[in-house]
Amino acid sequence: MGINYLYPDFEVHRDREKCITCRVCERQCANEVHSYDAESNRMVSDDTKCVNCHRCVSLCPTHALKIVKTNHGFKDNANWKGDVIQDIYRQADSGGVLLASMGTPKDYPVYWDKMLINASQVTNPSIDPLREPMETKTFLGQKSSKIRRDENGKLITKTDPQLALNIPIMFSAMSYGSISYNAHKSLALAAQKLGIFYNTGEGGLHEDFYQYGKNTIVQVASGRFGVHPEYLNAGAAIEIKMGQGAKPGIGGHLPGSKIGEDISKTRMIPEHADAISPAPHHDIYSIEDLRQLVYTLKEATAYTKPIIVKVAAVHNISAIASGIARSGADIIAIDGFRGGTGAAPARTRDNVGIPIELALASVDTRLRQEGIRNNVSLVVGGSIRSSADVIKAIALGADAIYIATSALLALGCHLCRTCQSGKCNWGIATQRPELVKRLNPEVGSERLVNLITAWNHEIKEMMGGMGINSIEALRGNRLMLRGIGLNETELQILGIAHAGQ
Amino acid sequence: MKRVYVNEQWCLGCHLCEYYCAYANSGQESMVKALKDRTINPRIKVEEKNGISFAVNCRHCNEPLCVKSCIAGALSQVDGLIVVDASKCVGCYSCIMACPYGALMPNEEGVMQKCELCTTNTHGKPACVQGCPNKAIVFEER
Repeated sequence: MGINYLYPDFEVHRDREKCITCRVCERQCANEVHSYDAESNRMVSDDTKCVNCHRCVSLCPTHALKIVKTNHGFKDNANWKGDVIQDIYRQADSGGVLLASMGTPKDYPVYWDKMLINASQVTNPSIDPLREPMETKTFLGQKSSKIRRDENGKLITKTDPQLALNIPIMFSAMSYGSISYNAHKSLALAAQKLGIFYNTGEGGLHEDFYQYGKNTIVQVASGRFGVHPEYLNAGAAIEIKMGQGAKPGIGGHLPGSKIGEDISKTRMIPEHADAISPAPHHDIYSIEDLRQLVYTLKEATAYTKPIIVKVAAVHNISAIASGIARSGADIIAIDGFRGGTGAAPARTRDNVGIPIELALASVDTRLRQEGIRNNVSLVVGGSIRSSADVIKAIALGADAIYIATSALLALGCHLCRTCQSGKCNWGIATQRPELVKRLNPEVGSERLVNLITAWNHEIKEMMGGMGINSIEALRGNRLMLRGIGLNETELQILGIAHAGQ
Repeated sequence: MKRVYVNEQWCLGCHLCEYYCAYANSGQESMVKALKDRTINPRIKVEEKNGISFAVNCRHCNEPLCVKSCIAGALSQVDGLIVVDASKCVGCYSCIMACPYGALMPNEEGVMQKCELCTTNTHGKPACVQGCPNKAIVFEER
């Protein structure tokens, strides 16, 4: 066996006084942490296998369990921290790239938490959303900057195709493959009920979910998995995925072990063959090439659906967005570096890209400066954690926001960040039938609807506090924001004043 | 009448329903006190084989064979609910033979016990339904 350099990260603490040996922990742990010792009539645990997903903790009927981060550690060292040392041990052991899931856990500044929202006092009245109308409906797509009239002088009211959202929140792309059938179904059902949209991700659309097409955004990514004419026409919009916030500049890899019969059919690839998404689209090397794909997709759908181009937030994002806004795309989706993933190289996830707050502010500013802001709607994602983040994003200039990690949390995810293992105990990031069935879409969709409804209440409440009664009046309204603890450069990029100014 | 139904598709085989049932019928206030170091004898039982699982309890049949078979008049149908009067039961087990679902079983004293939808214990509402983590067990009118 050699030397084991790694001490378990977590310890399973069981209160023997409370444990009734019902064995639910044992039955519910796909990592096989718990087992029953008949001789002593006691449950025992193997800490080395625990990923701290809390499935056992959540289901234990007597709250006998808790998972505790080990206090075992290395000698204190501000430079060579414990996780840094452990990563070296892991790589010395495996010789491989370190894999990770979900958004980066690193301690980078969260600019959402360094912005404060305004409220009305005395000179302008605040609005009570329970008594007065409050509009959160939003339309995404190209907005005409001119009023056009026909030969008889009548207004031409036909606009470019738009997505109508009851609430300016959508579920962002997560492929069928990276997440389960039941997770997809939960998202689809919730999107339908809420009058918003969910996104297929790059794995195609399962035939059972065509019925939710009106609330679906279908994605075309570099692997072109599951793309065919009916697919393109099934959704309300088409998203071209150029990049993902968690792993800008690299592609994707769904291991063959996850490609069962259903996924193989949906993705249109052989069973058990690895699904590899190339890093670039091999037919896109310029804005002109992107324009070709945008118009190819528009042709394929008879100009009835808006085209979204999704990019990761990287250093030159404003120039990139300017190009996309001229490519014919209707919506730009920008994914910040804190966005999630089902699997990514840890170094890429933790070191590549920029925060969405800065990317959003600089893109909105740039597009306004160039007079092309109306060419596109802006959708941002990459760790929007609350309704306050939504308000701040819209005030910085977003038309709507994308959430995925928050949505998965609503479905039961505990951010244990081991999606890549395929053994998700919550039935989300897994394809094992006995685990997938743990997520009942009836329960899942209800929790998603609850979350978004709650956020919507809070959004209305805060908008009312600012004396604003529609999302339109909040959009790009940076006067409603003040920075706190930010330096001059940060304030300048965000385009906001400091608190007190 | 509202009955307990099981959606086999969502049953995880976690057996929590059995423990909540045993707790609800224990008369104890604390689950730990009721069930610690005890072998439970619940009125709902999870059947499982080859990855398929589902919980079974009394169906409260419209034409209950158990009631017909009872020689002591211990089983009766009250507003659709099948109840057992333990003081009348003689422990002949005829009802066990008659029930096609295996939903009756003897209690610790040797007389019959069965699911009475938690109407006769302190819980009031079916505890298995409330305790099911995946809505595999539901209490509804069909």
